[in-house]
Amino acid sequence: MLQDKDRIFTNLYGLQSWKLDAAKSRGDWDSTKELMAKGQDWIIDEMKASGLRGRGGAGFPTGLKWSFMPKESDGRPSYLVVNADEGEPGTCKDRDIMRHDPHKLIEGCLLAGFAMRAVAAYIYIRGEFFHEADVLEEAIEEARAAGLLGKNACGSGYDFDVYVHRGAGAYICGEETALIESLEGKKGQPRLKPPFPANVGVWGCPTTVNNVESIAVAPTILRRGAAWFSGLGRENNVGAKIFCISGHVNNPCNVEEEMGIPLKELIEKHAGGVRGGWDNLLAVIPGGSSVPLLPKSVCDSVLMDFDSLREVQSGLGTAAVIVMDKSTDIVKAIARLSAFYKHESCGQCTPCREGTGWMWRVMERLVAGNADMSEIDMLLEVTKQIEGHTICALGDAAAWPIQGLIRHFRPELERRIEEYKARAA
Amino acid sequence: MNMTTEQTSETFVFTSENLEWAKGQIAKYPEGRQASAVMPLLHQAQKQNGGWLPMSAIDYIADMLEMPKMRVYEVASFYSMYNLKPIGKHLIEVCTTTPCWLRGSDDVVSAIREELGIGLGETTEDGEFTVLEVECQGACVNAPVLVYEEGFYEDLDGKSTKEIIEAIKSGAKPACGSRVGRKSSEPAAGLTSLNVQGGDA
Repeated sequence: MLQDKDRIFTNLYGLQSWKLDAAKSRGDWDSTKELMAKGQDWIIDEMKASGLRGRGGAGFPTGLKWSFMPKESDGRPSYLVVNADEGEPGTCKDRDIMRHDPHKLIEGCLLAGFAMRAVAAYIYIRGEFFHEADVLEEAIEEARAAGLLGKNACGSGYDFDVYVHRGAGAYICGEETALIESLEGKKGQPRLKPPFPANVGVWGCPTTVNNVESIAVAPTILRRGAAWFSGLGRENNVGAKIFCISGHVNNPCNVEEEMGIPLKELIEKHAGGVRGGWDNLLAVIPGGSSVPLLPKSVCDSVLMDFDSLREVQSGLGTAAVIVMDKSTDIVKAIARLSAFYKHESCGQCTPCREGTGWMWRVMERLVAGNADMSEIDMLLEVTKQIEGHTICALGDAAAWPIQGLIRHFRPELERRIEEYKARAA
Repeated sequence: MNMTTEQTSETFVFTSENLEWAKGQIAKYPEGRQASAVMPLLHQAQKQNGGWLPMSAIDYIADMLEMPKMRVYEVASFYSMYNLKPIGKHLIEVCTTTPCWLRGSDDVVSAIREELGIGLGETTEDGEFTVLEVECQGACVNAPVLVYEEGFYEDLDGKSTKEIIEAIKSGAKPACGSRVGRKSSEPAAGLTSLNVQGGDA
């Protein structure tokens, strides 16, 4: 279990002030200038050595991503874009970072932006986070007034600014190229890659898009050293991470824990256990709504990290743990996610635009059992036709929860169909 | 979009205060990239216009940002937070996505129906209240949640939902936040971390 001395987000719950003075007393903005004086290459090398993998869901190595940015400008400026369009059902960690520890994110923007030779950072925050955006804007003003941002940021000789851009309610804008389109003032429809954002991003300029948590942990990693961070967790799955535990637990909460903590320990230590006890557990969605659910038998022993969850055909995603006890109508729970993806599909690619609606309608019938037995396999087949056949991963994200349901709860689907048939007869 | 005459006939201009604010928004983006400000400007126009965007406001912003009108219509119709038709004086948004549903968003919806006599997507006859179903609001460990006047109301049940609606009816803006007495996303039964040093709770 992670000790408090190794926690990065020491004001996660907002029990102290988020203001600059309080943030400084917690260690933020400490010797930022000295870190910058070590140079861009040092920062990127240190981030690579830390083993940090992106906290937005895909788990791509952060330092490596930064290294893709051009070292010499061809005349175009470079930009850092922070993905604060948090909206993966189950996930609410970036919200806490922004409202309670905004200076970690802002300092991270400066260090990351400097390392990738960017002129500015744009934080794209979901429109619904009114309060969080207000806090962030006020914190940026504080940092500017204190000379930490703007011309000669922190006295480093480097000019850098941070801006907040508010979204307006579109889950798809959490996809990095949709986010870039949206930042340019368009509909949030993903772009084909290549070209990758590091070559052609926002306004045609080199851009890196990082999740809030990935950027906010960077200053602490650089101050305490790559070895400290990579000493937590296990190989290829290092560090600490904010977990969001929602659903049928006694005390739903966010908590920063060590990567690789057993799922059962996470739930029992921090969330007060499953409602009605561990044996009352039915299933867990371990990484936000997009990843396949896990039945209790897997939950008994699985570890919460990228590789462990991939081994059991699920994923760490955003580390949003959605717990469902035995009272749950599991088919309805997944059907509601299908409705979500249908609502959020941007409509650009046919398999996703048509498929999300088709899958949702079948799922709704399966809730009642009003289907033919052969439709289970047909549904599974359609999920595979959508997966991998769209510009972005929303198609995959809509397919995986259903695949997880069929993989682990096929007998439940069959039972409903049989009962419906018996009632109709 | 299917616009009625009523929705197109009005004229719209920003108040002088909002115009200043809009200039500040446009200045955030590089020169020639003023289109990037379309979303905040639409939002401000909606706020000025009582919670919805008439066509005249969309046209006004298109002119201001030198964008083809169609591009601005596309943005206004793509994002769920823009209302393209009039809504009630009080907008209540209820999240019903799985994490909120697991924690009882059905009870929140029923409580609202009992208090206001309307369901999701409906407006009361007197035009006072509109209730909308929204997708995940990003406060899942405080589920179920509803949103009113830019505030999140969290850890709800039927009873607390009714109290909130009653307060709004009586002309008050109830304090937002958790209804089980916690500060934010910490475990309600007591801290399991960040309790060794720091923290005043």
